[in-house]
Amino acid sequence: MRWMWIDMMVAFEPGHRLTAVKNVSLAEDHLHDHFADQPIMPASLMLEGMAQTAGVLVGSTRGFKEKVILAKIGSATIDADVIPGQTIRYDAVIERVDESGASTKGTISCFDHRTGVWTDIGSTEIVFSHIDNNRSGLNFPKENFVFGENFKRLLNAAGLSQVMTAAGVTGP
Amino acid sequence: MSFDRTQIEEGVREVLEEALGVDAEDVKPTSTLTGDLGAESIDFLDIQFRLEKKFSTPAKPFKIEQGELFPENMLQDASMVENGKVTDKGFTLLKAKLPHIDFSNFEKDRSVGKLGEVFTVKSLTDFVDNKLKA
Repeated sequence: MRWMWIDMMVAFEPGHRLTAVKNVSLAEDHLHDHFADQPIMPASLMLEGMAQTAGVLVGSTRGFKEKVILAKIGSATIDADVIPGQTIRYDAVIERVDESGASTKGTISCFDHRTGVWTDIGSTEIVFSHIDNNRSGLNFPKENFVFGENFKRLLNAAGLSQVMTAAGVTGP
Repeated sequence: MSFDRTQIEEGVREVLEEALGVDAEDVKPTSTLTGDLGAESIDFLDIQFRLEKKFSTPAKPFKIEQGELFPENMLQDASMVENGKVTDKGFTLLKAKLPHIDFSNFEKDRSVGKLGEVFTVKSLTDFVDNKLKA
């Protein structure tokens, strides 16, 4: 689970929105180097968390049959530091999806447990490609290596596999 | 709401600025997407999505079908390309599938490597203009 950058999926609107959260902990090794005197969550890993959230959302629109690959980060802004003890929320919305891929918009928010307040701290525009329908015509393995066991566990833990089944979405 | 030619040119320029991170003054009608503006294959999907968003109205959605604006995997087909050049069959299909493209320069040697150069800012503008009128 070392490369799962979301802890729990908390809300799902089929074909439209997926929201996930991550709790930032001082026990995470990468914070010890980033930075030793002042640990903060790396912005690059927040982008990865958003990409995972949006990627699952895109995958869900086609029953997880497509191999969904991050193609392009059109824009990304993160305006505030997140420190251990705070919670990050990734809210991903689909703008457009078709045979070749999807475009998404995301909002990153931070919850401070001292104040009990959520604050929006960033936004993203991420484009995903369905690589079996890629423009270059390259062939990829038949098995879906994108949505593996880790995502399945997350979906189950969040109760979202049932929600997706009810919505007619096949789990990974 | 309808778009006149000037609005379409502005819209296409804004889409290319956003999708490719280029400056407005670099986007000229004759600029090629891959050569002059640095577009890569994945940018074409982004450009397609942004054009749809830019020119859609509540009354009339602007939807570009796969392969309608840029050629899809057709050049992977062996009968379409021979020794790095587009065959007669391939060229006929290209012209039929992409009527908004001016192939007059490309036709001279038909090198696959030069196909990207046929996609110019003007060809995108013409494509949107024709499609909106249809």
